[in-house]
Amino acid sequence: MTLALEPLADPSAPLARRNPVAKLGAALLFSVPLIATVDVFTPAVALVLELILLPFFGVRFRTLAVRAAPLLLAAAGVLVSVTLFAAERSGDLLFSAGPFDVTTGVLATATALILRIFAVALPGIVVFATTDPTDLADALVQNAKAPARFAIGALAAFRLLPLLTEEWRALSLARRARGIDAGRNPVAKLRLFASTAFALLVGALRRGVRLAVAMDARGFDSGVPRTYARRQHFTGADTVLVVAAGLASATILVLSVVLGFFRPVVG
Amino acid sequence: MSEVQLRGFGWRHAGRRAWAVRDLDLHVRHGERVLLLGPSGAGKSTLLAALAGLLPSDSGQSEGSIEIDGLDPAKARDKVGILFQDPQTQLVMARSGDDVAFGCENRGVPASEIWTRVSDVLDRVGFRYPINRSTAALSGGEAQRLALAGVLALRPGLLLLDEPTANLDPPGAALIRESLTEAMSPETTMIIVEHRVTEALPLVDRVVVLEPGGGVRADGSPEVIFAAYGDKLASEGVWVPGFSFPPLKATATATSDLVRAEHASVRNRLRPVSITARGGEVLAVTGPNGAGKSTLALLLGGLLAPTSGRIEAFGDKRPPHRWRAATLTQRIGSVFQNPEHQFVTGRVADELALGPRRVGKSSAEVRDIVGELLRRLRLEKLAEANPYTLSGGEARRLSVATALATAPRLLVLDEPTFGQDRRTWQELVSLLAELRDAGHGIVAVTHDEAFVRTLADRTVPLGEPEPDPLPRRVRP
Repeated sequence: MTLALEPLADPSAPLARRNPVAKLGAALLFSVPLIATVDVFTPAVALVLELILLPFFGVRFRTLAVRAAPLLLAAAGVLVSVTLFAAERSGDLLFSAGPFDVTTGVLATATALILRIFAVALPGIVVFATTDPTDLADALVQNAKAPARFAIGALAAFRLLPLLTEEWRALSLARRARGIDAGRNPVAKLRLFASTAFALLVGALRRGVRLAVAMDARGFDSGVPRTYARRQHFTGADTVLVVAAGLASATILVLSVVLGFFRPVVG
Repeated sequence: MSEVQLRGFGWRHAGRRAWAVRDLDLHVRHGERVLLLGPSGAGKSTLLAALAGLLPSDSGQSEGSIEIDGLDPAKARDKVGILFQDPQTQLVMARSGDDVAFGCENRGVPASEIWTRVSDVLDRVGFRYPINRSTAALSGGEAQRLALAGVLALRPGLLLLDEPTANLDPPGAALIRESLTEAMSPETTMIIVEHRVTEALPLVDRVVVLEPGGGVRADGSPEVIFAAYGDKLASEGVWVPGFSFPPLKATATATSDLVRAEHASVRNRLRPVSITARGGEVLAVTGPNGAGKSTLALLLGGLLAPTSGRIEAFGDKRPPHRWRAATLTQRIGSVFQNPEHQFVTGRVADELALGPRRVGKSSAEVRDIVGELLRRLRLEKLAEANPYTLSGGEARRLSVATALATAPRLLVLDEPTFGQDRRTWQELVSLLAELRDAGHGIVAVTHDEAFVRTLADRTVPLGEPEPDPLPRRVRP
């Protein structure tokens, strides 16, 4: 049993070692401004920069590829919907797929959107691949002044996640033992899925309540100011990381405007 | 060190008609170790929750007074520690040491002191792993040991234990008792609720028996209490030491083979095993945790495909895991360790009707089957109840009844007597004996020695699991 988001990177890499809040802040500062434009150039430059920085986070390209694989699904979705529904079909006609004219303009729009998905998502993936969940919760409480009730509570709930997989298995087998199966009927399959999911949810809620009581019994609701067994420090290097991330995305956007690639989302 | 004083204490949960506890007068002195007994529903767990300050005043109605060192429990929270049944819902953090530190952080113990406390208390409870050991990788007994360390790290004057070993197998339960014996400082006052009285007795010097209607029935040293009230307590379901059961073995010889596994194995979970279940016979599968007992039960129950080897059953060409569910339930019934996994409806009667309906019985037949099972398993009064609201014993009886509803020849049960009080235990054992004598085959995966002694006609022990390869805790 492993937690889904256990760090998969070399923890001693220079940027992986940075404070989790700094990494999270840097990722947000870098990727959120990129949403402002829908051109190809901006996300492409951002992606190149992200890939150059990857080794400094101790993340191997292969690890990243595995983690980012689900994004391919989103990319495929974008490609299909843009081809089918794009209103603007400018540029040269490349080929026609039935009633749909695929033009260079359509492909450019699709490429821009797909690049954007990757450029925005990769920093987040890198942060979670290089950050231990406990460290993140600690840093959120100590450096970002997030309420402990929220951060540590989420961490505790997170610990229960792997149990859900086993629970799902047991529930499914128990249903078969009771004479319930769906055979090849898709409607019955859906109903079986829904009823199993509901049972899983009920079980998860009860477990959550028990965990909450046990936590309060150990003083989680005592109201005494908490002390920190594990210190998280926000140093000058962390500030530099955050500022650099902000500057980098600003630079890319300015470059994009100056070179005339910038196409604002609104307007 | 803490002292408990109850005067006419009572508590009624909001929305309930009956009082959970009432008219309770009790004085527990500094350093006393008290075993709290009473039949199911006598309010033992409610009393512990009240002492731990876990009953908010808006969640019910109270009467009389309850004090810990002269304080209301809500104000004495930092003097009290409580350990619950299930280790999985008590551990908070991903690493063992962090989990022990969690309580210390909450109570504002200075950071410089926390890690000395953590390593001290882990040594005292005999935790064998490094402090960065993942809490998800611990066995049930080890996880409960860690949970105990987390409670003791707060140095409670009053330690409350709510059936601390009920969710553990015998080796796990032994670990916890060993930890309690070693780790308790003589100044700590302790109150324990525990079904397994024989095992808990070495830990206590006083027994208090609660009366279900309210008040204390008996109070005194264990010898005196069991001499005077042993019979009555045993009949109410308490596991009183010295009361055993006569064996109920098969009188006729076993009939035909129902299910046969040949060198069946499941990757990473069960090494190849050959085993046959016959009609008119109770077969017990025993062995340590991790030997794959539950996996074997799933194989024999037609719920899992073997990775290698073969399973043959009921003369069918196809192996059981390939059968349609409706066919399966008419041949093999499975009872899971956790009864709640098996419930799929909102009413006890519907729960029993479900199987027969799925296999195409007429509504008149279904009605007969449901009525018969309700009567036989003493569930008539609960026919309208929601299965999830049943007590442990009732839920267990219902889960067995649901498996019987489609009249399978073979019944496969995973730890059927786990955590049951003596009365439910006895009912289950007699029911299974009856089924066996009527020609059914019974396979039970179990840790329960009394069950094997009383009922099993044949026992198959599964082998040792792989030894734990992880390093032990290094002490400085």
